[in-house]
Amino acid sequence: MAMQDEMAAPATTAPGVFDLFRGFLMLGLTGFGGVLPLARHMIVEERRWLTPIEFTELLGLCQFLPGGNIINLSVAIGTRFRGVPGAVAALVGLIAAPTAIVIVLGEIYVRFQSDTRVVHMFAGLAAAAAGLLISMALQMAQPLWRKPRAIVFACACFVPVVVFQLPLVPTLLIVAPISILVTKRFGI
Amino acid sequence: MNANLIALAMIFAQLSLVAFGGGNTTLPEMHRQAVEVYHWTTDAEFAALFALARAAPGPNLMIVPLIGWHVAGVLGMLVAVAGMFGPSSIVTAVALRLWGRFEHQVWRQAVQTGLIPISVGLVAASAALITQASDHAWVLAIVTAIVAIAATKTRLHPLWLLAVGAAIGWTGLGQ
Repeated sequence: MAMQDEMAAPATTAPGVFDLFRGFLMLGLTGFGGVLPLARHMIVEERRWLTPIEFTELLGLCQFLPGGNIINLSVAIGTRFRGVPGAVAALVGLIAAPTAIVIVLGEIYVRFQSDTRVVHMFAGLAAAAAGLLISMALQMAQPLWRKPRAIVFACACFVPVVVFQLPLVPTLLIVAPISILVTKRFGI
Repeated sequence: MNANLIALAMIFAQLSLVAFGGGNTTLPEMHRQAVEVYHWTTDAEFAALFALARAAPGPNLMIVPLIGWHVAGVLGMLVAVAGMFGPSSIVTAVALRLWGRFEHQVWRQAVQTGLIPISVGLVAASAALITQASDHAWVLAIVTAIVAIAATKTRLHPLWLLAVGAAIGWTGLGQ
């Protein structure tokens, strides 16, 4: 690797299995509304498991693989340092606390479901969550604004799924390869 | 009960392997399966579960354990979580092992770029479906619009926006 020299500059430390579990547990506990910025802070700046370049490379790879980016990143970092046990420790650490919290929230919701105030509050919460999702879609779409081919392929996914309520997997299996081939031939 | 567990495992394992561009791209299919195919939740319940998942810290797919729990308790939760995070994690671990050996830059770049519009289209689809399911009153539509604009135009923490939405909802105004 050509980058080996640059990487050597800021000293990094290899975490053990328990360090991985603890680090990702903290991320899961504190990552409200998005874990990624916090993850970089912890992995690169605080605990120095990876250099900035290594982090960006690894994240790029994780985005291209199926699964949640941060989920994949935990597996990637775990595997890199401690093989399969490391991957399991990082992944379980990441999802354990949020899972427990979300189940408790769910139980609270079920318990107070008949209380109109609570129902109204959750309706407001749901509406706000929908707004966050719209905003995320807008931000992701922004770089594609002046790229007609990309817009066509985005719509080719959106319309069947939303308007015609077709299943996702066949839609993806048809649209994704065409998009990849066209992008390879003509650019995005 | 058993049939439900098998269905949970099948659905989430499938979604796990096609979740390109992050977990949110799988929401439309999760919604279709849970609401229309299996009738595990109503449209409004699904929106509430999604909101709960957004209010909790951690990765953005925390609706998965909630659906599992809702369908079949602790076992359902474990099956759903293993189904959703297992297969993609195995793919990730194996792919990273192989990466050193197969470094075809051209091919990799084409796949990566070609998948961008797909993931944008699917996140937009998720947004449309969740908005449809959530906004059954004009106040809620306004909350969605305000949050969408504020989250796009400002650097406010999403948690504040969720709190504002919950507070406006709490008043019961217009609902």
